[in-house]
Amino acid sequence: MKKTVKLTVNGTTYERDVEPRTLLVHFLRDELGLTGTHIGCDTSQCGACTVSVNGQSLKSCTAFAVQLQGAEVMTIEGLAKEGELHPIQQGFWEMHGLQCGYCTPGMIMQSVQLLDRNPNPTEEEIRRGIEGNLCRCTGYQNIVKSIQWAAQHKNQGQTEIPEASAPKVDPQPIAPVP
Amino acid sequence: MIPSAFDYYNPASLDEALQMLAEDGENSKVMAGGHSLIPAMRLRLAQPEKIIDIQGLRPHLSYIKEEDGLIKIGAMTTHYQVESSELLKASAPLLPEAAAVIGDVQVRNWGTVGGSLVHADPSSDLPSVMLALDAEMVLTSVKGERVEPALSFFSGILQTTIEPDELLTEIRFKAPAGKKTSYKKLPNKASHYSVVGCAAVVGVADGKITDAALAFSGLAEVPLRFDELENNLVGKSTDAASIEEACKGFASGVDALEDLHGSQDYRRAMAEVFAKRAILAAVSR
Amino acid sequence: MLAATGYVGSRIKRREDPRLVTGNGNFTDDFTPAGTVYLHMLRSPHAHAKILSINTDAARGMTGVLAIITGEDLKKELAGPIPGVPYGTISTVPAYYPITHDRARFVGNIVAAVVADTRANARDAAEAVVVEYEVLPVVLDMEKAHKGEPTLVHDEMANNLCTEIELGNDVTEAFNTAAVTVEARFVNQRLVPNALENRVALAQYHQGDESVTLYVTSQNPHIIRTLLSGQIGVAEHKIRVIAPDVGGGFGSKIPAYAEEVIACIASKKVRKPVKWTETRSESFVATTHGRDNIDYIRMSATKDGKITGLDIIAYCNMGAYMSLLGPSVAVLCGVIVPGPYAIPNVHFKAICVYTNTTPTDAYRGAGRPEATYMLERTMNMMADKLGMDPMELRRKNFIQPDQFPYFNVVALNYDCGNYEPAMDKALEIFGYQEMRKTQEEARKQGRYIGIGQSTYVEVCGLGPGSGMTISRGYDCAVVRAELTGKVTVFTGVAPHGQGQETTFAQIVADQFSIPIEDVTIKHGDTEMTPYGMGTYGSRGTAVGGGALMLAIDTVKEKAKKIAAFQMEANEEDVVFEGGKFTVKGAGGGKSISFQEVCLKAYIDPKMAPVIEPGLEATRYFEPGNFVYPFGTHLAAVEIEAETGDVKILKYVCVDDCGNQLNPMLVEGQIHGGLAQGIGQALFEEAVYDSSGQLVSGTLMDYALPTAAELPTFTLDHTVTPTKVNPLGVKGIGEAGTIASTPVIVNAVMDALKHLGIKDIQMPLRPEKIWKALNGGSNSSNSAGAREAVVERHFGEDNK
Repeated sequence: MKKTVKLTVNGTTYERDVEPRTLLVHFLRDELGLTGTHIGCDTSQCGACTVSVNGQSLKSCTAFAVQLQGAEVMTIEGLAKEGELHPIQQGFWEMHGLQCGYCTPGMIMQSVQLLDRNPNPTEEEIRRGIEGNLCRCTGYQNIVKSIQWAAQHKNQGQTEIPEASAPKVDPQPIAPVP
Repeated sequence: MIPSAFDYYNPASLDEALQMLAEDGENSKVMAGGHSLIPAMRLRLAQPEKIIDIQGLRPHLSYIKEEDGLIKIGAMTTHYQVESSELLKASAPLLPEAAAVIGDVQVRNWGTVGGSLVHADPSSDLPSVMLALDAEMVLTSVKGERVEPALSFFSGILQTTIEPDELLTEIRFKAPAGKKTSYKKLPNKASHYSVVGCAAVVGVADGKITDAALAFSGLAEVPLRFDELENNLVGKSTDAASIEEACKGFASGVDALEDLHGSQDYRRAMAEVFAKRAILAAVSR
Repeated sequence: MLAATGYVGSRIKRREDPRLVTGNGNFTDDFTPAGTVYLHMLRSPHAHAKILSINTDAARGMTGVLAIITGEDLKKELAGPIPGVPYGTISTVPAYYPITHDRARFVGNIVAAVVADTRANARDAAEAVVVEYEVLPVVLDMEKAHKGEPTLVHDEMANNLCTEIELGNDVTEAFNTAAVTVEARFVNQRLVPNALENRVALAQYHQGDESVTLYVTSQNPHIIRTLLSGQIGVAEHKIRVIAPDVGGGFGSKIPAYAEEVIACIASKKVRKPVKWTETRSESFVATTHGRDNIDYIRMSATKDGKITGLDIIAYCNMGAYMSLLGPSVAVLCGVIVPGPYAIPNVHFKAICVYTNTTPTDAYRGAGRPEATYMLERTMNMMADKLGMDPMELRRKNFIQPDQFPYFNVVALNYDCGNYEPAMDKALEIFGYQEMRKTQEEARKQGRYIGIGQSTYVEVCGLGPGSGMTISRGYDCAVVRAELTGKVTVFTGVAPHGQGQETTFAQIVADQFSIPIEDVTIKHGDTEMTPYGMGTYGSRGTAVGGGALMLAIDTVKEKAKKIAAFQMEANEEDVVFEGGKFTVKGAGGGKSISFQEVCLKAYIDPKMAPVIEPGLEATRYFEPGNFVYPFGTHLAAVEIEAETGDVKILKYVCVDDCGNQLNPMLVEGQIHGGLAQGIGQALFEEAVYDSSGQLVSGTLMDYALPTAAELPTFTLDHTVTPTKVNPLGVKGIGEAGTIASTPVIVNAVMDALKHLGIKDIQMPLRPEKIWKALNGGSNSSNSAGAREAVVERHFGEDNK
């Protein structure tokens, strides 16, 4: 028996009839076509599906859509405003906080929660704060740096989403091939 | 990843929820934050026919208050609310300390105190804390309220004495005024559940322990307290050597849990280690 | 030879990232063409069982069900089984059917497939398929399996032997005359790759032209296309394979898989696009595993510490079937087993065995971590026996710079290397001597601090044209200078996190002196990109980058011809500098920009009789050798005696991958590699129980490292460029993983050495160390009972 669910995602209100067993993450991906939120596990460990619901980060694989009547959901797609990257998105870009990019939307959404509650976290607080998000590519070192970058640039660094960037650092001449 | 189909009910009031449980509690599963239930359903290890989602009771059952000398926590209070509660930090810091090491941030945002207690996972953190605090569970049904001590509430792995028509609505306990407390755990590195955790509530006067309540998660099928250990601690000085000595061997006879993350021997030994750590952390506060 | 607009060598931010940080990535599961239906696999719950019957009647009548395919059904449509590359003494490869029809040989072996209109309906129907099994005894222990085990995984494979591989020379004399020998048995435990994106296959059979499009999570779409053709019987030119954004692979997305074949055949059957999305728990049994060797090693040396001989027998678990590169992983172990040391006598024998477990294949490092682990552990044992510092023993045995090219006795000619400077740099940054003092002080206080070492050389950049027995080793690039002066590159490699959309663009921008914004790198679509071998074995830049350089050169040559024509100059007098073609010498001074040349190449009618239109080149690069990155890693750990928990206090690595195109990306590759290598040392293990069930079968039991468990690493490098490829680069994708596992284990052993503890098998879970400290045995490879916690947390008695 389908149930009607009405909720707001990234500022737009949606109403859909869904099976009660529809997980929020499937609702976002399959019903709304918001495929930025990823699925990485089935035991609520990996955090790839993390979104923000009423300001609280949630693993969207661990909630049924019907539970979220009237909720305000924000996904990775809703983070950049008017074509400007959120400082955390910018931080991940600046500090090479991603490689394959699969964990990245969830990691960024969890970082939003982290900095929201603790604007100037220590390295240890950052590492504990993203404990519920697994990354298999980066060894987390540059993710930590990305979040630190964002903490330091909370009110700046919001650049347009550009195509690519120019060199930032003095180029190191490549060693000649003998 | 996709659970079996189920019928979904979302009562808007406590009365409505209790009525539903009275009618068909046997075949219904109550869902609070869903953070224990939904993972089980995705793997189809749990396939409930009916789900009663009590999210709608949140406004009614989500609170932390001090009343008549008792601290009362609504069953729908989240771990994060506990972790960040100023009231609890001041009058029962053991709970925020333990709540802060449950799962991860996302789990703490949505997982509820009541849901965790009724799920009764032996490796979860809150049951032992409730034992150490001598907390009481307020179980409500259409017939009225019943109060069950934490000590008798947990009856086995994933089992409690809650009746099919009952809902856990409140947890309450006497504020451990003047006591020193701490929760220390050895986490399972994969799931972040406890391999062993210890909640300690200790009274200290003149550098000696006057009374102690210690409860353990992860050690056995239910959270446990040990009279012998607690009695043994009374009168001991609060230095590391004395406490270590007092904790020695208390768990040796326990029918401990055993899995990939810890054998029975290891769990028994870790119970001693984490008892000592929790007590030392407590008395140093 | 590299022009300098300064992109190459700089810390350029990645061009992949804007789409990925905004949720605009294009991963396979993000594609859902109109009419897509869903595939669910019914898998064997038994490790070894005869299939007596399959009843699909109830399932067929369920909501939304479009087709149910059994092994017998599939066999009729199948052109060939799942391929594996044979190696060594192998004569027979048992057929690996996508859906088994006689016996299930591992938990997870597919026994039927269900197609339905929704994911949920497909899963529900799969549960209604009734399979009657006769459970058979299981083969799990590699060594027993090979020695008289009556149960056979495949009836035709006596002693469960897949193949034997033997390399090297005769070491008898070396050991007979040795002053000192050490020997050991190391278990290199089975790992689950766990790329964060599970596998996905989306197949669309086009009735009109009998062609197939497959979107798939692959590291090598061209190879998948070729192999798929042989499996589904559709000609290669009628198959298009697209690997869009791929969420990590680490080797597990190299092989040809059953599900891709089933999806293609199902799509033909139901005349709709068919999508299969793996779940994590499914991935634990269905995606290939890595490692799983038991290594017997002995080493001989002179009294003063010159190593004279190395002898190895490696049991390699292939799992239930031979996956694409199953035995090749053993070869990659054997060829590098002497590491960076000049050892005159080396013998390696691999015995590859079938068991009732998930097939194994490449996992980050693939063979080289196994080789490095056993070698570096043994080096430390030898140093102990000789009473030498482990670093001095290494220094003493390093191949010296003047010995290159150096033949390593087993198989390889190392082209270049200079190992001591990297070691010295690492020792200095680490503060080796100070750390020894700290260790001593700590010991006096009853604290256990240990120092671990690993000096490694690896072999990567697969692969040379000759020297690989199955196929030539090359990659390809198309460089197309567009009419407007922009450049599009089509590469045969398939990056999935390595960042070649950035590094390749850096190269192109520098070479043509154009802004990086004017360059686009395309990959991953067989209809668009030239035939390439894909991305694995740290080959993307070393081989794909070589092809790119050749294609750029060819474009430049033609551009120069056009420029000369335009400027009415001799071609020999034209030079390309700073984005301009300029006439040099007498009468010089004229110039024309690269962009103008591009325009003229496509439109100038005056050139019609003389120069073919267009400005584009396709070039293949086939290196003459592998590349050999090397380095020194050092770590300090502290053991918490009460619990056995290991804390990493310090980790320093100095790696040499030759020239670095983008140091930021090099560092990222190393960080990730370290995390996976440390994961093997401390946390990760695929554990089977005695019935062949994978106990650590979810992320609740299989511990991946989290941010909270890893330290901040200190990285540095030396630069010893190779001449093997035009960029002077050596791959860096796997070095971190290869080096870090033995470092951590050596450090733990060092911390416990004074207590008489000699060996603890990986992973070094707290309980194992605690047991060793408390005098217990660690004969079992895993601590505690073989029971998953997932059942307990989520058990059905939960009402």
